[in-house]
Amino acid sequence: MTAKADAVIIGGGVHGCSIAYHLAKKGWKNVILLEKGTLACGATGRSVAGIRHQFGTEINIRLAKESVKRMERLEEELDYPESIELMQNGYLMLSYSAEELELFRCNRDLQKSLDPDNQTEILTPEQAADLVPGLNLEGLYGASFNRQDGHASPFHVTQAYADAAKRLGVDIRTGVEVTDIKKDRSHVTGVVTGKGEEISAPVVIAAAGAYTKPLGEMLGLEIPVIPERHQVAVTEPLEMFLGIMVISFAHGAYFKQTPHGSLLLGVGDPEREVKDFNERSSWQFLYDVFEKTTFHLPVLREANVIRQWAGLYDMTPDSQGILGKTEVEGFYINTGWSGHGFQLAPAVGQVMAEIVSGEKPFIDVSCMHLERFERGELIPEPACV
Amino acid sequence: MEEDTIICRCEDLTLADIRKTIKSGHQNPQVIKRLTRCGMGPCQGSTCRELLLKEVASAAGKSVGELEMTTYRPPTKPIKIKSMLGADKDDS
Repeated sequence: MTAKADAVIIGGGVHGCSIAYHLAKKGWKNVILLEKGTLACGATGRSVAGIRHQFGTEINIRLAKESVKRMERLEEELDYPESIELMQNGYLMLSYSAEELELFRCNRDLQKSLDPDNQTEILTPEQAADLVPGLNLEGLYGASFNRQDGHASPFHVTQAYADAAKRLGVDIRTGVEVTDIKKDRSHVTGVVTGKGEEISAPVVIAAAGAYTKPLGEMLGLEIPVIPERHQVAVTEPLEMFLGIMVISFAHGAYFKQTPHGSLLLGVGDPEREVKDFNERSSWQFLYDVFEKTTFHLPVLREANVIRQWAGLYDMTPDSQGILGKTEVEGFYINTGWSGHGFQLAPAVGQVMAEIVSGEKPFIDVSCMHLERFERGELIPEPACV
Repeated sequence: MEEDTIICRCEDLTLADIRKTIKSGHQNPQVIKRLTRCGMGPCQGSTCRELLLKEVASAAGKSVGELEMTTYRPPTKPIKIKSMLGADKDDS
């Protein structure tokens, strides 16, 4: 059985759904989105979903600024009846060495040079403690803070994009895996699904996180994205005391309190993690996350943890996303966000829709091209964990 | 009755809340859990999981066995963070 589409998007995470919405908004008529599980079931839904202006490369600063602006009025833009649970009270980056604080200063200067309205400020440990009641000051050099940053619900943001895309005519199919991608000489021609259906399409966009690598292999492309497991523990709901998101690059730890009251405590272990597609949580992680987060916030010792989960970062050699065309004509990729992809999806979705439509994207993302790895033109993002 | 019947005690969700979500097009218990928090509380869905599955099954015209079950997530019971601090990591 062969169906036809003008474009097929592979991946129903926040990026795939944002691309779908922006393509449909541009007038693309016959767009099919294929998701092998459910929407946001991969890296998107496992994310702690921080949102921040505080990046250290020009490209991410530009994408972040646009994306935060859209998150602020996403419910309105997408006519979403629920809340995306945006909490925009700030994002605090703790620094545990003079060098790191200097890096935060450089990042702040870069952010302000690109955006005069940028609110990032460098705080003393005491100022940081004013924002986080009970913060342990031991070893703390200072912090970077932006009051316009925050976090949201990855499920609701994804669902909002998906619902809006559907209303504009996108055919979103969940539980449908892509098992092969076809090409004719140098041009992509369509996909084959696990249900045996062939969908012919002149445009195929892979936005499947770490799973984009095996998709690329179907076309003989090498996409340097590797999965890296990160895990999250959730406490019982507590009275709201932490309005902001907190991260420590030195410890690889981050935490936030959702509007519902639960604290999400996240840790990755890049040194020891096996780089495979294991998405199961481990008990060893609990020791690690409890040790690290109670160091920052000793009061957490008294809290109960009620759930834990794991998810996969899609890591690239420079911890930076890979966007745009490939050498296979009509085959585009959007992957490799290395743990900071959720928040950039609003702007990136539009950029991708513009690239696929043959237009000049409203933010120049040419430096994120796949070929940068061959050419040695890496753009390392210093502000990520 | 629909308005008041509590389905998920931890998250304070009523039958009406669940039906509203089903009505908006969701017939996968995993998805409903993520959107409503049904089963995400301290009891880990020990009461509401079955109720949710039955409600979805009847709306979808399927048997409970045909539905995708929500994930059972560790820990089985809430753990006080300090109870695991200072313990030997390698002592399994």
